Amino acid sequence: MRDYPADEASREEVPIQASGDVVKARQTVRLLAQQAGLSLVNQTKLVTAASELGRNTLIYGGGGTVEAVVVRDVARVGVWVRFADAGPGIPDMELALTDGWTSGSGMGLGLSGARRLVDEFELDSTPGVGTTVTVLKWAR
Amino acid sequence: MDSDDSKRLLELLSARRAELIAQWEQTVAASLHGRLSTVELGRELSELYDAITEALAAGGLAGRGPEYGVVRSLLVELSRNRARQGFTPTETAVSVFSLKEVLESLLGGSVEEIRAYLQFSHLLDDLGLFTVEEYARTREEIISAQSQQLLELSTPVVKLWDGVVGVPLVGTLDSARTQVVMEKLLQALLDSNSTHAIIDITGVPAVDTQVAQHLLKTVVAARMMGAECVISGIRPQIAQTIVGLGIEFGDIPTKATLADALRHALVEIDKAASTRAAGLL
Repeated sequence: MRDYPADEASREEVPIQASGDVVKARQTVRLLAQQAGLSLVNQTKLVTAASELGRNTLIYGGGGTVEAVVVRDVARVGVWVRFADAGPGIPDMELALTDGWTSGSGMGLGLSGARRLVDEFELDSTPGVGTTVTVLKWAR
Repeated sequence: MDSDDSKRLLELLSARRAELIAQWEQTVAASLHGRLSTVELGRELSELYDAITEALAAGGLAGRGPEYGVVRSLLVELSRNRARQGFTPTETAVSVFSLKEVLESLLGGSVEEIRAYLQFSHLLDDLGLFTVEEYARTREEIISAQSQQLLELSTPVVKLWDGVVGVPLVGTLDSARTQVVMEKLLQALLDSNSTHAIIDITGVPAVDTQVAQHLLKTVVAARMMGAECVISGIRPQIAQTIVGLGIEFGDIPTKATLADALRHALVEIDKAASTRAAGLL
């Protein structure tokens, strides 16, 4: 994913340690999405993706942080969100991104669904080191 | 602890009681911007003042000591009231700290007086911190009481029609709440002898895979009891998000509004009734 100039004043960081934190991260993302002028549909999509990824950070990553910021490109505004954990990592990223596949008890749609809900998606994972998921949704 | 110091303080506090209380009241009232009646404030502060004087007379300058029991209970009451009335921690603590300010203006220049004042100011610092702690505790109590109330509020099961119950869901659906909703819904189906249930998610801000999974499980459980579920309140943005996520509700009927869902349920009931009239039952 390209580096876009960030609106530093809007940067927020939320630690994810309990399920209440996922709600908080979601609210933070929603606030930024409103600030960036995302439409209601795009807000809901981004917030839902954040909810999925935040819960993954908690359940599979054993907790971590969510960082969100409003970013700008030439003629558009968007919201950039990064989920980082220092958990066990994902051994097979292609498998993890397959619809319906889960290593836990969910529906297996969180990671792959979140990718479909955002405009840019990047998954970095090293087994034993941790996982980082970065997403970006533009307002248009 | 120098007993001379507390004696000196005591003299000062007793001799100029009325004057000091009046000034104290004025300072506190100014910081509260008239949001508390002067009568109430005056009563609070003079009670506190007398309690502090008594504790000093009993010979203590340690705010957490036994002599200050009365002072502390007055402070508990004060900070509780402030917390309930929505004052900030600063506005609460200032009631104690401003006594320092008042005394300061009456200080002469002698070393003894200043030493006594410093001792007293340590005492007030301690009492002020105590007030803030109490304030925080009260706020925590209020918050935990509210979250309890919310849990109760959040899951009503209402009878919409003969044989139709409805569950309006509001807010975030986590596992604990879904469990409560499911239990209540299944029990209500049995108690009201209903064959149709409508789960309305108008008040749920985002439907992610966890919420969807919980909903699906609830519907399957209701089906096992012979009841059909309709999910209503699917707004455009929710519909698009669910499609984006790739969640499929299968053959579970979904509707945009509660009214549509009720009509659907009534039609189904009507259909069942008409076949019954013609048949064996």
